[in-house]
Amino acid sequence: MESWRRHPLVFWLINLPPTLWLVVFFLLPLSIIWVFSFGEKEGVIGINVTWTLANYVRAFDPLYLEIFTKSFWFAGITTFLCLVIGFPIAIFITFSPARWRPVLLLLIILPFWTNLLIRTYALIAVLRMRGYVNFTLEWFWEKANGVLLFLGLDNVALLGERFQPLELLYNNTAVVIGLVYVHLPFMVLPLYAALDRMDKSYLEASLDLGAGQFRTFFAVTVPLAKAGIISGLIITFIPALGSFLTPDLLGGTDSQMIANVIERQFKSANDWPFGAALSYLLMYITFFALAIRALMARGTSAMEAA
Amino acid sequence: MAARGLFKRRLGPLDYSRRWSLQLVFLASLVFLYVPILTLIAFSFNDSRRNIVWRGFTLKYYEKALGNSSLMEAFANSLTIALISTVISVILGAMVAILLWRFRFPGKAPLEGAMSLPIVIPEICMGVAMLAFFARIGWPTDLPWPLNLGAITIAHISFSFPFAAMVIRARLANFNRELEEAAKDLGASEWQTFRDILIPYMKPGLLAGGLLAFTLSLDDFVITFFTSGPDTVTFPVKVYSMVRFSVTPEVNAASTVLIVVTILLTTIAMWMQGRSEK
Repeated sequence: MESWRRHPLVFWLINLPPTLWLVVFFLLPLSIIWVFSFGEKEGVIGINVTWTLANYVRAFDPLYLEIFTKSFWFAGITTFLCLVIGFPIAIFITFSPARWRPVLLLLIILPFWTNLLIRTYALIAVLRMRGYVNFTLEWFWEKANGVLLFLGLDNVALLGERFQPLELLYNNTAVVIGLVYVHLPFMVLPLYAALDRMDKSYLEASLDLGAGQFRTFFAVTVPLAKAGIISGLIITFIPALGSFLTPDLLGGTDSQMIANVIERQFKSANDWPFGAALSYLLMYITFFALAIRALMARGTSAMEAA
Repeated sequence: MAARGLFKRRLGPLDYSRRWSLQLVFLASLVFLYVPILTLIAFSFNDSRRNIVWRGFTLKYYEKALGNSSLMEAFANSLTIALISTVISVILGAMVAILLWRFRFPGKAPLEGAMSLPIVIPEICMGVAMLAFFARIGWPTDLPWPLNLGAITIAHISFSFPFAAMVIRARLANFNRELEEAAKDLGASEWQTFRDILIPYMKPGLLAGGLLAFTLSLDDFVITFFTSGPDTVTFPVKVYSMVRFSVTPEVNAASTVLIVVTILLTTIAMWMQGRSEK
């Protein structure tokens, strides 16, 4: 690496275009809504910047506080489910024969490369009242009824008179299913990376010395993969918290998340200052989570060095 | 017992991949991940509007999608935006990558941090920031095609080029600086070294970064949603309005086309990366 003073011309030539682009077309837009967040709505489209904190205070109204809590709840459950499903997947891939590992990993990541909107749409077709899940359930219901008929129990109506399709769409469950569906690869990748790096002889030692599989998992695997687990938790939680499409398309009227409220302020309610304040609160939460991750990473690397 | 051992090797303590419980979880996850997408593709060929029962193979929904002029216009818009965004993102990304790889300068760490911001901040925040920005500076909305796509393209470049920079920088990290020194010792100028040594070495990184930028642009919904107007609809935005309206085989057909395009591009990207590593 050389000092920029040795070739100032080259330095400025490759420094200025990207830096200017970032400042004008990224940092400036962000600063504009930062300023807006301290403004007041004036008329239909006017914004009067009065450096008021009213927009931030309003975000703590019970109504919006509830949406924040709900978003945290959704993102939290999603992250937890991804961890519970993702850990066995990561273990399975790590201990597969070496030549299979890239293929298995690719199988988990590939859906990630298809458009988020299309994946969400695909889930709608599966979950709706006349969708494939209910269709399959109805098939089983008919078969089960057939068995009951065969046994002469048909007049008891054990399974109800008619098949009742489950309401799987446009509610909170649908949002969580959608979020897990979208974010699972975010969890599997860091877990796999951590497990792959781990020295497997520790596991053998633990099992040889008489610890069971469960105890080995919680006393050896989890502490050794701690950095990967924290990484996975945070990089799953952050995008899940800011999700817009999933609650918008799969959720009902009471499953709105922060991003949906922000969108409404900008597109229909036309209250830009309040929307801007909510955006910044969401960003501060994101930065806070990233800071935790950085701190934890420093902590674990210090532990390894000691 | 001996006969059983002949046919089934005993599970070792670490043979997790041969435990049925883990195999079951893995298989169930694959079903969960793939069944929705595969049914979506399958039913785009189904000769029934109701989308549930299989009534025979047909291509008529592809014809319908092709005949839908607003859908095709959205597709053309998406491709145009993705192409321009990719070219500019790769150029800017390569500049950032070389800058951070080659030079030591004051303010390097803050610059690196700022460059990673577009990668980490929530999409919705970037979307509304772009909306406010273009409204504030009075960006003209009545320009002729393709200039009317300018706002969306600019937004796409802003979130794509840091990703491209990351990929290109990873490639540069393995560059043997002695090659560059040797070229300069032998009398090559700064520009000649760049053109004949550095660029050929970076090529796989540039391609991978470009394909990533292209996919990111083609896939983006949230940020485009806030920067597009009534005349500048992209493919995902169009599909969004169709999906809100109803679930039809036509949307399935259009989605299948986009899935195939994305998977083809990803495969090409990986194939090229694999080839460059040999």
